[in-house]
This record gives sequence, structure tokens and C-alpha cells, in this order.
Amino acid sequence: MTVPGSKAPPKLVVEGLCKRYGATTALEPTQLSVPEGEFLTLLGPSGSGKTTLLQLVCGLVELSEGRVIIDGRDQSDTPVHQRDIGLVFQHYALFPHLTVAENIAFPLKMRGRSSAEIGKRVADALGMVHLGHLAERFPRELSGGQQQRVALARCFVYQPSIILMDEPLGALDKKLREHMQIEIKRLHRESGATIIYVTHDQEEALALSDRICLMNHARIEQLGTPQEIYERPRTAFAADFIGISNILRGTFVAADGERRLETSYGRFSLPAGAVASGEGGALVVRPESLRIDAGAQNRVEGRVKEIVYAGSETRLIATIGDSELMTLRLPAGEVVPTLGETIAIGWDRDKAVLVP
Amino acid sequence: MSAVATRSRAMPSWLRRPSPLWLAVPGFVFLAVFFAYPVAQLLSLSISPPEGGGFSLAAFQRIANTDVYLRVLGITFKIAGNTALWSLLIGYPLAYWLARMPEIFRGRMMLFVMVPFWTSYLVKTFAWMIVLGRSGVINNLMTGSGLGTQPLDLLHNEFGVMVGMVHAMVPLAVMTMLPVMIGIDRRLVQAAQTLGASPSRAFWQVYFKLSLPGVTAAGLLVFISSLGFFIVPAFLGGRRETMLAQLIITQVQELLNWPFAGALAAMMLASALIACWIYDRLFGISTISGGSAQEGKGRIRDIGLGVLQLLATASSHLADLSRRVIGKRGNRLVLPVFAWLVIGFLVLPTLLVIPLGFTSSQFLEFPPPGYSLQWFETYFSSPLWISATIRSFAVAAATAFLATCIGGFAALALAHSRTRWGGLIFAFFLAPMIVPRIVIAVGMFYLFARLGLVATDLGLVIGHTVLAIPFAMVTVSAILKTYDMRLDQAAATLGANRVRTLAYVTIPLVKGGLVAAFLFAFITSFDELTIAIFVSGGIKTTLPKQMWDDMILQLNPTLAAVSVVVFVIVTSLLLLAERFRRAS
Ligand SMILES: Nc1ncnc2c1ncn2[C@@H]1O[C@H](COP(=O)(O)OP(=O)(O)O)[C@@H](O)[C@H]1O
Ligand SMILES: [Mg+2]
Repeated sequence: MTVPGSKAPPKLVVEGLCKRYGATTALEPTQLSVPEGEFLTLLGPSGSGKTTLLQLVCGLVELSEGRVIIDGRDQSDTPVHQRDIGLVFQHYALFPHLTVAENIAFPLKMRGRSSAEIGKRVADALGMVHLGHLAERFPRELSGGQQQRVALARCFVYQPSIILMDEPLGALDKKLREHMQIEIKRLHRESGATIIYVTHDQEEALALSDRICLMNHARIEQLGTPQEIYERPRTAFAADFIGISNILRGTFVAADGERRLETSYGRFSLPAGAVASGEGGALVVRPESLRIDAGAQNRVEGRVKEIVYAGSETRLIATIGDSELMTLRLPAGEVVPTLGETIAIGWDRDKAVLVP
Repeated sequence: MSAVATRSRAMPSWLRRPSPLWLAVPGFVFLAVFFAYPVAQLLSLSISPPEGGGFSLAAFQRIANTDVYLRVLGITFKIAGNTALWSLLIGYPLAYWLARMPEIFRGRMMLFVMVPFWTSYLVKTFAWMIVLGRSGVINNLMTGSGLGTQPLDLLHNEFGVMVGMVHAMVPLAVMTMLPVMIGIDRRLVQAAQTLGASPSRAFWQVYFKLSLPGVTAAGLLVFISSLGFFIVPAFLGGRRETMLAQLIITQVQELLNWPFAGALAAMMLASALIACWIYDRLFGISTISGGSAQEGKGRIRDIGLGVLQLLATASSHLADLSRRVIGKRGNRLVLPVFAWLVIGFLVLPTLLVIPLGFTSSQFLEFPPPGYSLQWFETYFSSPLWISATIRSFAVAAATAFLATCIGGFAALALAHSRTRWGGLIFAFFLAPMIVPRIVIAVGMFYLFARLGLVATDLGLVIGHTVLAIPFAMVTVSAILKTYDMRLDQAAATLGANRVRTLAYVTIPLVKGGLVAAFLFAFITSFDELTIAIFVSGGIKTTLPKQMWDDMILQLNPTLAAVSVVVFVIVTSLLLLAERFRRAS
């Protein structure tokens, strides 16, 4: 499952990793391979096993089955403090009794570095996150964003072989979060670190990642680049979780010499090359692939229920059938229908994706 | 416009919008008259004797020049210090274990700490006399199983006192440390480990360091409380374990030497205050009431962090060693096994008293040769015991009512007011818990003697209310802390005035806390002895006073039956109080 084209041995390999708490399974047996320098995001709803996977990798939780291999060495039984992994916690977990500088020096002290080296590396790390002037403060004297940066510096300062981040921006407001995303991206580029990043925010995942590992029900749902997952979701869950999707369920029927999908809103042709196996499936169409077009090959009738003006585009929400809603994106400049008007919503068959 | 102006002139602003602090005034006056004034007067007696008048340091000179007194002072410090040390050593692992448990389990386990805490000192001491005595449980088991032939001397020596004191104080230590430990974010320890700290280093340099405010607060509270002990050393110690409080009682009751009693009390109070002062210098006093500890700077802090590092290294060697001897699994069992042993130490002695109450023997032998209800019959048919019991109930009920009103209003006042004096007012209401009871009791006795309140039920109620106010206030304050003040504001916007808001919104919502406060105050009074020794004279005794008199005369199975009654009453009230406290 390595990224095509990468030759280096993977930094992290997870084989059949599994965690059970009594009867509940927090993580089904999972395979995963992360090449050096990759920014991988674990994305999924809460309770899907993201934190569990991270904690198994760094050893904070004892695994039930499977192996964790870092740099080709099996580390499944290595205690946490010898794994050389960095973990950035959701609420930072800064030591309240140590100053900012002491917090950042902590991992270096634990590794018995000389005080001259510690001084220099701490100063560098502080500079990297632009906090040189706050070195002697205590964590409670900092704002949320500053605390977050200290947590990042404390992690990057000892150059662990893998950096794990568990919803590091979850506690920040939107504006700060976007700013910190750029910071994290810069730190990743400058340090070349391998980062596994947990979030439940799909926009964050799309913005940051080399690859996204989409999780649901303690399993990996789909693993791929942001484009792959957005453009070719493999399941209805994946389509629904990432971006806005219009999902039309139905059963397969044979008509006019080809297989089509029979739904309660009409009969639609499948995208070219789609494998229509089983009884039925669902068509996923992104809002930007829909247009108002009475002559389109695939189309449904809808009544305009809501018009949301968003500057560069206008979003239409239309009711089809009794209750199903569809979302369309009209680029600026197109003629916008009026509220309650009945419109024909159409799409090219190859712009849709068939999922089971 | 002009109407508004005249109205505001007619009614000063403090009347139109009375400050919530007014609610604390009744309690303030009550404590000033019956607590601060008598204690201050007792202290002044030590430097200006009532008959001679004028300033005199004679009493203190006598202390300094008499070997016996200096020795008693030294012994008192030593016992109090050792008690604090051992209570911390035994209590810390238990508190640590409890802090890591899921909340529901911890709540249940805490009862094993709360019940011994609230069990009467007399009952606990009586239990240890039976366990440690020459023909007591331990010696019986030893000789019976052939382990030893000579009975061990476990009683009337330093060992006996230490066992009794530590047993009495471990619950206080645990209850003080636990909230601090629960407040420590467990992820900090995980973070330390992911950053490369071994488990021992993560514990000492992060967890232990962060739990230090709780540890030192517990040490201080145990030390101060231990200074005033007299029941335990009187019954479990020998002549050489006489403590300061016993000396004060003798001076007042037998010698009527007020200036000297005042001087001794002054020394005790001064010791307590000095301990508080040192604590404040080092850690900041606000940590006791749950404020965050100030983090020192400079050399002391560096030394402290260095010591922790040494401890970490030492304990990591120890952990390696024990892992080699008892294995990884064995190592994991050390903590729970120790915790359960401590719980057994806290709970079992008192439970041993129960079968003894039902003995058919004329003597306190364990195990009882047979069972009967004769000692309960003796108790229920004795007018002396029954009238003492009834008096205790009545006094406790009156005390609980008064203390809950006074303490509840004070808590309400502090919760609503944003005055910067809040901390000081809180401390004043808490002071009766900190000032050694014996000091309060002697001072009160002197005041009551002149007011004609000695040997009256009113005197007892006043005295017990002083002691119970802190418990009531702390309980109500804790509930109010979780109470959403915006509900009051909502009621106000909906048209309710202050009294109606209190009656229809606040009180119904904090009812559970009020009932709990009532019950805690009730228990405080029900097994209070110190004030009762002085204030309830003659035939008007309370249950604890009657027990004390009986225990001084001779141990007998009736005492076991009475202990069972007291234990059952106090425990049921406590469990009830806990239920109400949790429910709200
Ligand atoms: N210590 C635990 N005991 C029992 N169940 C747990 C424990 N930790 C996590 N779980 C369960 O494992 C599942 C996955 O949790 P988690 O990995 O924290 O999800 P996420 O981080 O994706 O929100 C959840 O259903 C959770 O209830
Ligand atoms: Mg999580």
C-alpha cells in the first residue's frame, strides 16, 4: 500500500494491528504503511478508532494483536519512552510546573543531552514557532494558539522518527485553526518529518494531507490522496463524509442494452467502466457536477427550496421526490432560478461515481 | 428624573441593592463572640493573669523552666510530626490508587475512607485498646497460634499512640490529597513518556511534582490536627506519651490554673500558626482551598526539581529490582495490594467492636465465647446512658439546624459576592476547624463560666455550632460551586425578587447539599467530646462524655454495646449525607 513511485522503505508499517476492550473492538485488524516524509491524515467521525490507532503506534495502549514496525524494526513490545515517537496531544499536555523553555527541553533532558546542546536546540525550536520572547513564561500564561505552538516545538525539537498529532487544533477557533494549519504545513516541509495527523474535520484533512486514511467503525474505509478520495469515493460513507455529495440509491436493471440504476426519481445510466455487481448501489454526484439542463442525459425534476449566495458561487438546494434534497453549485454569472421554481437537474453520466 | 434622584437620596445604595455579604453577618457575629473573643481572651490570660492584673510572663517562664512541660511540648511536636509523616506515606499510595479508578468505583471506595474519618475518636480508640491490649486480639492470635508465648506490649507506649493517631489521620490525608490528584491531567504522564521519560521519571518529575500541593496541604492539616489530640494518647499512650492537650485539661479541670492553661493553649495555637505560616511561605495557603499552587522561582525551585530527579533515579532502580524479584505482573499488583491493606487497616479495627457488643462474657475477650444482648439491655435500661443519648440527639439536632443556617448563608454570601476579602472571610469561617479544639474549648469554658452557660444545653449547642459551621459551610460552598448562577439571573429577568429567587430557584436546587450539610453538622456535634468535657458538667452529660468517663474508670462490654450504637448511628447518617451530597 505504499505510495506508487516511492522507493524508500516505509517509515512505519502496521500489520494486523487490533485493539479490543472486552467486548468492544476499538480497532479491527488494520494494515497500514507510511513512507518517510509523508503527511498522512486519519480522518473519521468520533469513535471510529483514530485515537486508538495513534496510541497503539506510540505504545500508550497495549495492542491486542498485530505488529508495529518502525524503520524496519518490530517495536510492538518497546515501552513508550523508548519508541522515539512524538505525540502532540489534543489539549497540548504542557507541563504546568515547567516554563515554556523547560517544557521544550524536557525530551532532550530525558535523552541526556548536554546542556549546551539543549540550550541551542531549545532556542532554535522556539525560533521556529516564533515564541523566543516567551521562553520563561509558564504555560497558563499563554494563549491557546501559543500553547499549541509550544506543544509543536516540544515535539519537533528532538526530531522523533514519527510525529503523531491527535486533533491538535481541535480546541482553537476557526481563524486560528486555519493559521495553524499553514504553520504545521510549513513545519512539515522544513523538517521533512513523517507525520500522522488525526482530525475529524474533512476540510483540514483535504488541505494538509499527502494521503488521507478515512476511518469508520474501527476500520479503514478508504486510503488515498485527497483527490482520489474526493473524486472516486469507494463507499457511500466516503462520499458523504468528504465534501458535499448527492447520493441516489437504487437497484440495477437492464434497459436499452445496458445496465442502469433504477431509483425512485428515475432511471440513470452508469458511468463508463463502472462495475455494477450485486443487486443495487448508489450514484454519487458532486454539487459542481450538477447543472440546470432540461436536455441532459441523466436528470431529475426538483423544486428550489433554498438559495444560498456565497460570493463566487450560488448554492441551490432542491427537493426531489418527497423529501430528498439535492445540492447544486452554480458558478457566478449563471441565471439563478427563483424560490419554488421547478427545475431540471442534470449531469453527465461520467461525472457520477457508482458506489456499493 | 427628579423622582429618581429623590428616591436614591432617600434610600442609600447599600439598602437598595444590599450586598450579598450581609448574609454572612450573623455567622460573623456569632463566631466573633463565641470563637474569636474567647480564644483571644484565653491567650491574653496567659500574659495577664485574672487576679494579679498587669502584664506577666510568669506562665511562660514556668514552662521554660520546668523540664516536664518542655518535654511534653517536645513529645507533642514529635508525635504530631511523625503522625503527619506516616499518614502521608500510607495515604499517598491509597489516594494515588483511588485517583486512577473510574469515578463510580472511587465513590464507593471513598466510603471506606469516609466512615473511619467520621467514626468517633472514642470508638476508634476503644477498638484499638481491644486490638492491641495485652489480652487483645493481636496477642490472642499470636499466643493462640503458637507464634509467641509472651504477649507483646503494644499499648501504653509510643507504638500504640502512633497506631491510633495514624489510623485517625490517614483518612484526612487521603481526603485532602485526592482532589489534587484527580485534578492532575493523566495525559501529562503519557506526554512525559512519549517524550522519553521512563515510567518512574514520568511519575516523580511530573505526577508527584503536580500532586505536591495536595501532599503538603495534607501534611499541614494532619500536623495541626494532631497537635490537639488527647483521647488517643490518654488511652493508647503511656505516661511518656502525654501530649499538650492532656496537660491543658489537667490544668483547667484539676488545678483551675487559668493563666497556665492559657499559656499552654497559646503555645499550641502559636505552633499551629507557625506551621501555617511556613506552609504559606513555601507553597501559598490558597492551595488548601483548591487554588493553584504558585510555582516558585530561583534556587529553591531548582533544588526541588533536582531532588525529584534523584528520587526518580532511585525509584527506577527499585522498580527494576522488584521486577526481577516478583516479575512484571507482580510489580503491577504492589499498588492494589497495598491500597487494600490500608483500607483493611482503616476499617477492620472498628468492625471488631461489633461482635464484642454482643458478647455473653463479662469481659472484653475476643473472639467472644458466646453471644447475648445483655449489654444492650444494660445500656437501654440505664437512665444515665439513655439520658446522655437523648441529650446528644437534641443538642446535635439544634446544632445542625443553627450551623446549616449560619454556614449556608455564609456560603451563599461568598458565592455571590465578588469582594476581594472573600478569601479572608472564608478563612475566618474555616478557622474553628484549624484552631485546635482544646484551645476553643478552654476559652469557651472561661467565657461560659461568667455567662452561667456551663452545664447547660444552650452552652453545648453554642459550642458545637462553632465547630460545625466550617463543615456546613464547606459542604454548601462545594454545591454552590457547581450551581449555575445564571439560573438566578434568569429568575430575576423573569420577575422574581431576591427572596423569591432564593425560595423558588436556589434552595430547591441545592437542597441535597443543605441536607448533607445538616447531617455533617449533626455528626460533628453527636460525637464531639472536647467541648463536652468542659461544658457539660454533672449529670447533664452527652453520650461521648459518658463514654469518656466510663473508659477512664474501666473498660467494660457496655462500652462495646454503646460503641456499636454510636457507630451505627454515625455511619447511617454519613451514608445518608453522602447520598444527598452526590444527588445534588
Ligand atoms: N479505554 C477504553 N475502554 C473502552 N473502550 C474504549 C477505550 N478507549 C476507546 N474505547 C472505544 O474505542 C472506540 C474508538 O475510540 P477512539 O479511538 O478514541 O475514537 P476516535 O479517536 O476516532 O474518536 C470508541 O468506541 C471508544 O468507546
Ligand atoms: Mg480521538
